[in-house]
Amino acid sequence: MPEYLTSFWQTYNTLFYTIFVHGMLGLSIYITLACGQLSLGNAAFMGIGAYTAALLTIHMGLPFGLSLIFGGILPAVVALIIGIPTLRLSGVYLAMATLGFGEVVRVVFLNMEITGGSLGLNGIPLKTELWHLFIVMGILIYFFIKLKNSRFGRILEAINEDEVAASVMGIKTTYFKVWAFAIGAFIAGVAGGLNAHFTFFVSPREYGFEPAVDILTFAILGGTRTFWGPLVGSTILTILPEMLRFLGPYRLALNGIILLLVVLYLPNGIVNKDTFDNLKRLFKEKRRNA
Amino acid sequence: MFFQQIANALALGSVYSLFAIGFTLIFGVLEVITLAHGAVFMIGAFAGLIAVTKFNFSIIPTILISMLASGLAGFIIDLVAVKPLRARKFHHLAPMIATIGSATIIISIYQGIFGAEVYRFPFDFVPSDSYEFYGIQLTLLQLMIIGTSFLLMVIMILLLNKTKWGKAVRAVAESSKTAALLGIPVEKVYQFTMVISSAFGGAAGVLTGLNFNAIHTFMGGPILLRGIAVIILGGMGDIRGAMFGGLILGFSEVLSVAYISSDFRDAVSFGLLFFILLIKPSGIFGKVMERKG
Repeated sequence: MPEYLTSFWQTYNTLFYTIFVHGMLGLSIYITLACGQLSLGNAAFMGIGAYTAALLTIHMGLPFGLSLIFGGILPAVVALIIGIPTLRLSGVYLAMATLGFGEVVRVVFLNMEITGGSLGLNGIPLKTELWHLFIVMGILIYFFIKLKNSRFGRILEAINEDEVAASVMGIKTTYFKVWAFAIGAFIAGVAGGLNAHFTFFVSPREYGFEPAVDILTFAILGGTRTFWGPLVGSTILTILPEMLRFLGPYRLALNGIILLLVVLYLPNGIVNKDTFDNLKRLFKEKRRNA
Repeated sequence: MFFQQIANALALGSVYSLFAIGFTLIFGVLEVITLAHGAVFMIGAFAGLIAVTKFNFSIIPTILISMLASGLAGFIIDLVAVKPLRARKFHHLAPMIATIGSATIIISIYQGIFGAEVYRFPFDFVPSDSYEFYGIQLTLLQLMIIGTSFLLMVIMILLLNKTKWGKAVRAVAESSKTAALLGIPVEKVYQFTMVISSAFGGAAGVLTGLNFNAIHTFMGGPILLRGIAVIILGGMGDIRGAMFGGLILGFSEVLSVAYISSDFRDAVSFGLLFFILLIKPSGIFGKVMERKG
């Protein structure tokens, strides 16, 4: 590799890793949004996954893959516990319950001994490598492509369009909403595990309300019509803050402004149904011109 | 000891009630969970701080200024983030997401101006006298907080039940379409609700600032979670529910800190919320909110 590429990679490899992790988080909230539910607890699920996976590698010496899977299963189980009472009700209840849930997770991490209290966990071994991220992301993309035309995917879409109509057609809406929520939690947990094993440490501060808003912004900016939306949104929003460092503390307003502007003026996000048609048209025109 | 805790719980709980009343009213009338209510609360606290430290106002004008500042903030949030979404028929979560965006913007601007410091009211702004009622020690500050909160709540109830505007607000809460057909200026009612509810949030902000003598830019987060717990506990959109819910939460927090552990104080509200969702999701007074098909 040439000199400048090596130094570029050394400076920005964490950023590159982070793009993958944020992409997974975007997908984790996408699957709940796909059935019309808003989860503000995905940062907390990420936190549970990060702590679980890190503790398993540190104390039990489990293989990395196994720690990651357990780091996904535990948040999914927690999501089932929260989801079953709240998802029977209308969409706002899940948003409100998960908002409070993030706070509880933070308090629990702060006060437990095994999680290192307010110091968090330090010295997590470096295990995440680029190919892990590629594999996990590949599996996720395959899953979401298959999901679109599967029975489950169509059910989620039906619930999103009209929950009452879906339930009248005999769909057990609560059951499928809970599954979508738990799958989202699983993905967020795995993303947390991967993240912990290249940042070396986890602390309770990272998984509160603000990161949950970040995750939401990924999905809203990208659009929630297809799963590509959150991926595009998270990539943009991971690179953009690096370029806006000169704004100082006001940089944090960026997410808010994006959320507001997109909800008001671009309700379907950057990647919507027309995007693919527009791209196709663009290619055709180019070919004709050539 | 136990009776002393009652005084603390009343001071804490009445402020929660004050905050939650506006929160629940906005939900009842506009059908929006405004997650910017915590930021509005913080604006009220800072407005009060500035009124005291820069302009040497006494306590009553300070509270009025806080209410004014927060009311204005509520008006602007409605104008910028919520009103444009009312006209168009969007996903029912869109206004809520817009208020999250507004809250993030407000909080980061305040963080840019005030930093992460904790600000305090000048020493002896409220004299540290205390009075005794049947063996309960109440400080002047606690008495003032409880008094102001209950006074404001009574004003709100009278406003809603005895005035023409109150009638209009209740009509819109019942059905905005019917209200519009009957010639009620629905749009103005929405704005009125946002302003008055935010003003109450601002009063809660400055009273909380006085109670703990600490004002910082993050103070809106915890109260927002408590507000959510309170309105679910009391029944969404129900004013009585918000009042009782606030007091119940105040008592549960103070008693759990006194008799269990202070570590989990922030988790009490969630525990309560979760418990209510399990056993009676409609809350104490309310009916379950169903999405209309």
